[in-house]
This record gives sequence, structure tokens and C-alpha cells, in this order.
Amino acid sequence: MTTLSFLLLPLLVLYIIFYGFKKKVNIYDEFLVGAKEGLITTFKIIPNIVAMIFAINILIKSNIISDMFIFLEPYLHKINLASDILPMTFLRSISGTSTLAIMVNIFDNYGPDSTMGLLASVIQGSSDTTLYVVALYYGSIGVTKNRYALSVGLFSDLCGIIASFLLVYLLF
Amino acid sequence: MVNIIWGSFIVIGIVYGLITGNIAAINNEIIESGNAAFNLIKDMTPLLVIWMGLMKIAEESGLIKKIAKIMTPLLSQLFPKIPKNHESIGYIASNIAVNMAGLGSAATPFGLKAMAKLQELNPDKKRATSSMITFLVLNTGGVTIIPTTIISLRLTYGSLSPTIVIPACIIATLSAGVGGLTLDYFIRRKNDNT
Repeated sequence: MTTLSFLLLPLLVLYIIFYGFKKKVNIYDEFLVGAKEGLITTFKIIPNIVAMIFAINILIKSNIISDMFIFLEPYLHKINLASDILPMTFLRSISGTSTLAIMVNIFDNYGPDSTMGLLASVIQGSSDTTLYVVALYYGSIGVTKNRYALSVGLFSDLCGIIASFLLVYLLF
Repeated sequence: MVNIIWGSFIVIGIVYGLITGNIAAINNEIIESGNAAFNLIKDMTPLLVIWMGLMKIAEESGLIKKIAKIMTPLLSQLFPKIPKNHESIGYIASNIAVNMAGLGSAATPFGLKAMAKLQELNPDKKRATSSMITFLVLNTGGVTIIPTTIISLRLTYGSLSPTIVIPACIIATLSAGVGGLTLDYFIRRKNDNT
């Protein structure tokens, strides 16, 4: 199934080029026009990415999120859960790289097939990094009034995380 | 809301660092975080340049319009404000398809392009439209059929059945998507302006 997913991009590229030939598009020139647009877009979103990572990394390096859950440790043991995994629930919407690091850490300590390992995998797969996507997507077009985008995005993440816990306890 | 979140991350981080005597790490982060950001940009730029180039070909050849035409009946329920067969639908559909395949980073250029097309329909360029917000939910809570990174990491760490989590991942993202879209639907119905 993973091979299937690796096939998608090459086939997509092939189809785009093929279709361009068929419709007699100046494919090379058009590619360059689009590529230039891509470069400008990247340039425009640099400040947004720098700003987000700046704030997120300060929060993470202060350890407050991991410390928050330590006092819960005795209760968590009763339901077969270690406190290491809980920061993932908080960080999932904020920083994809740090939840990935936590997941790897859990694989290392408990094994990927343990309840903890399975839960970490499902939480990681349950959603994307909402805060990052908001900053990136809205930043790229210069929209500053996000309205209710974050509320809806964070609520969506919350649904995904609750579902992850329920699923792992029901299925495995 | 971004103001509050952004500011409180910094304030909470620094104050907590001061209290716990962990300020050296924070100090280091203030200096280093720019590097982390630029590394991310460095990884993203070539991908964006290549895909924006390819997408331009797809746009000029009418491929994006074709995808939009096929997907309009399906997606117009979620995006009532987008005109029929508009190119943004083509990009939204492509973004979802690439996301489903678990190729998250390759999905980003399609997402950005979709946003640019949605912006063309936006009367107030500073304010997000309801279509943009719905697309955001669809994107972050979008279903990943094959979570490639997770599977390959499970394999690396010696899992006996790396793909066993796939059904759970699908149901979890589905819950996220349905939850988000439901809330989005009710908000949209309440203030039905753009």
C-alpha cells in the first residue's frame, strides 16, 4: 500500500507533462513562470514561518508542557498510560516535528507495538499541524483576519485526539 | 486570536523558564530558532518551486479546470460560495488527493495555490472567507489513507505489523474532519456573510 502512495507523484507528473503536450502548451516556459511564482510565494511566507517557530520553540524549550503532566503520573499508571504521551495531545496542533520526536521517543522506550506506541502513532496520524497550516496558508495570501479559522481547526484536532484514545482502547 | 496565542507562547515560555531556572535553554532558543525556521524553508522552497511550475503547466493545459469540473458536484456541497467549475476546486481536490496518499509536504503547494485562487474570489483581501476556512479544516482534518512517515518509522523501530494502525488513523482523521466540518457548518449558517 505504501508503494502505491509512492507511485502517485511520478504518475501525476507524467500526466501533467503528457496533458501539456497534448494541448500544445509551451510546457518549459510555463514551468518557469510557475516556478517563479513559487519562489515569490516562499519568500512571502518566510516571516510567518520564522515568527511561528520562534514562539513555538520558546514554549517547548521551557518544558512547561511536559512538566504539566508529571503530577498526573500516579493516576495514569492505573489506566496503563505513561505521562510521556500526553504532551502530544497538546502539541499536535502546534508543532508537527515535536510530536514526531515524542512518537519516536515512545517507540524507543516502549516499542511501536505497545499500547503507548500504537496510541502515539494514531495521535500523530489523526491530524495536521493546524497552527502551522493557518500561518502558512493565510500568510501566503496576506490574509490577516482569520476569523473563526483557528477555533474550528483546533476543535477538529481535539475531535481527532479524543477519537485516537477511544480507538486504541477499543481496537487493541 | 493569533495575537493572543503567539504572544502567550512567548510570555509563558520565558516566565516559566525564569521560574524553573531553565533560562539558558530559552536564551539559546531565541538565538537558534531562526535557524530551525530557515531549515524548514530550505526544505520547502525547492518543492514549492517545482510544483508551482508543474501546476502552471496543468493550469495552462486546462487540466486543473478538468479536475474542477469532475469534482464540483462533490465539493460544491462543502463550498457553496465557490462558482461552478472554478479552478480553486481543482486545486482543493488535488490537495486532498495528495494528502490522502500521505504525501503531506507535496500537498502544500496545491494548498497554497488553492488559497491564491480563493483569494481571487475574496472581496476583502485582508479577511478570510468562509470557503478558506472550510478548506483549512478539510486540509488539517483531511483523511490520510496511508500515513507514510508513521509507517516507515514504525518499521524502523522494529514493529511486527507497521500498518496495523492504518484503520485507526483513518477513523481518527475522519472524526477530526467530521467534527471540524460540523462546527464550521454551524458557524457558517449562523453568520451567513461571505
